[in-house]
Amino acid sequence: MNMTVQTSSVDTAPPLWQMRLKLALKNFKSGWAIFKENPIGIIGLVLIVFFALLAALHPILMATAWEPAVYDPITGYDFEILIHPSPPTWIPQPDNPMWEFSFRHVLGTDPLGRDVLSQLMFSTRSEFLLGVGAALVTVLIATTIGAVAAYYGGLVDMIFMRIADVVYMLPFIALLIVLSSLFDFELIHLALVYGVLAGFGGTTIVIKSQALTIKVKAYIEAARIAGGNDLHIIFTHLVPNLLPLSFLYMMFTVTGAIFSEAVLSFFGLLDIRMSWGLMIQTAQAAGYLLNSWKYWYLMFPSGVAITLLCAAFYLVGRALDEVVNPRLRKR
Amino acid sequence: MGKYILKRVGQILVTLLIFQTLLFVILTALPGDVTNRMLTNPDIPPEVRERTRQALGLDDPVLIQYGRWLGNFLTGNLGVSYSEYPKPVIDILLERIPRTVVLFLTASIVQFVVGFTTGRALAWRRGGFFEYGSTVVGVTLYTVFTPWFGLMMIFIFGARLRWLPLGKFLDPVIWRNAEITGLADSASKGNYVFTRMLLTASIAVVLWLLLTIFTRNMSTRRRNRARLGGTFLILATAVGIWAASEIGYLAWDIVKHMILPVVTITLVGFAGTMLLTRQTMLETLREDYIQTARAKGLPEKVVRDKHAARNAMLPVFTGLIINLPGAISGGIITETIFSWPGMGITLLNATTSEDIPLVMGTLSFIGLLTLTAHLVADVTYAFLDPRIRY
Repeated sequence: MNMTVQTSSVDTAPPLWQMRLKLALKNFKSGWAIFKENPIGIIGLVLIVFFALLAALHPILMATAWEPAVYDPITGYDFEILIHPSPPTWIPQPDNPMWEFSFRHVLGTDPLGRDVLSQLMFSTRSEFLLGVGAALVTVLIATTIGAVAAYYGGLVDMIFMRIADVVYMLPFIALLIVLSSLFDFELIHLALVYGVLAGFGGTTIVIKSQALTIKVKAYIEAARIAGGNDLHIIFTHLVPNLLPLSFLYMMFTVTGAIFSEAVLSFFGLLDIRMSWGLMIQTAQAAGYLLNSWKYWYLMFPSGVAITLLCAAFYLVGRALDEVVNPRLRKR
Repeated sequence: MGKYILKRVGQILVTLLIFQTLLFVILTALPGDVTNRMLTNPDIPPEVRERTRQALGLDDPVLIQYGRWLGNFLTGNLGVSYSEYPKPVIDILLERIPRTVVLFLTASIVQFVVGFTTGRALAWRRGGFFEYGSTVVGVTLYTVFTPWFGLMMIFIFGARLRWLPLGKFLDPVIWRNAEITGLADSASKGNYVFTRMLLTASIAVVLWLLLTIFTRNMSTRRRNRARLGGTFLILATAVGIWAASEIGYLAWDIVKHMILPVVTITLVGFAGTMLLTRQTMLETLREDYIQTARAKGLPEKVVRDKHAARNAMLPVFTGLIINLPGAISGGIITETIFSWPGMGITLLNATTSEDIPLVMGTLSFIGLLTLTAHLVADVTYAFLDPRIRY
């Protein structure tokens, strides 16, 4: 008799995953309502969506409208234009009798005759992959270590916090410069190294201090009394509550990773086919810097793109900060 | 206080040891060793390579090599540079460290003062176009791609307006004809003048600190007058001595080369300080003691500068400490863009020419610089915040 009552109650209640999904949806909705109020976050989000569209559009354009021999970001060359770099084709050129209005090269061509817009769009995808990859590595490491260090305390905590102190004081860019020149660095290696360095460094300290405030909550105690073992408590009770904060720090990691990639490829130290930093380096090494006014399309688009994408993730991070930290909200 | 400083020094030393270990690991993880270069030359017999390996101790166990590495670092023996061959690495570094430190210190101080002042003003005058505009400009400058920004600064102020030189440390045309007794090449002339400039600056800073300490117990009006007059006197004397001396125009040349990098680092860095100051000021302004100060009838300026700003300064200073590694990275990038012959460009040139002793030496000293800056910032923080006494 007792048995039947229990089964019937289980039958009527919705399954656990459905309830969790509902809760998550509710949390997301309330978070979105706060996020929406802040124009800063919306600007950042719009920028990110814009760049994501750019990245997604490139393969489509290459397959349909753009001739690969002309528009390939690395090997393309436009034979129909006599002098490279050539300015955007939609801007009137009074001194050029050959000029006619078209959208053939929206941002002109670089000194090697390649389409600047195509390069810009091609690089966007790798920037996203790098940023998100590094951020995922960071969040994985930082959340796990933060939760474990806060939960166990003592020696484990001390070891990881000392490591964090050391890593976060490292001169990042200098170290990356040396590593990338001594070893063959590709994008994936950079994402891993940056992710590991950022994950063991400052992010861990922040996440651990958050984990400490969760660790003393009553439901952790309840879970322990109910017989949950350490791993179960850490991964089903501690980590899910740290995820909003981790997500916030993911945004800042993306900014840092994209910035470092741009710096390294600007110095010509990365084994990479095309990137925004490399575009600036090509223009500077070929001597177009002192004539930037005339050849604005060589350095301006890529420089602005790096700045805007970094700013976008930073702005979203700032707005998420208000969602995660109720203390910062307007009263 | 003393105990706290000692504890911090101990922690910094441990960090330095770990950093050195990391460098050693990178060095040993490199495939091959120095003598690999001998393989490319058919005239060098294999025995010579073997002998070199033994002489350098490359066949010894890793732990012994590690001990030797640490010992050499402590005694300042960093080997000989490949790219500037018979010159020891330590000599190259000792010449370039002051240049980096001067650039970094000047930029940090200017950046902090500008960021703090603007942030304070922003928090005081809330709302409207002023606030939004400065936030947008601030965030843009904070996330701007530093190399590109530096190049644009060179283009605008160096190439278009021609106000300032394009880069480098000094103008060789002026220095070639400069007469300094006993010195032939312009590099040593540059060092001669630069050392004296550093000396002047250090003396001026010490005098200014003495002035601040001696005027501490005066009444407000007298103190302000004495500090203003004293600062002016020190500056006027320093500038006067240099203007009167025959190497004054050479010093002015170095200063002229310094302006653009300092302005660039300041512009990139000050936005972070500004936004942080604004935020902490807004939080401080809600406190009860601000209301009390206003109720007492104190002038608004006193409430802002003495009651609010001083308390808002602590978190801003913490932010400054947290951003130190970033600031040093920014300095490295800026130096490279402006060809300022400091640590940053030395590191980059050494890495591209595979001058491994110089790379390792430079990286060690950049680490040392970061850690020292951290220590100084921590100690200053302990002075600023009376609650830190552990």
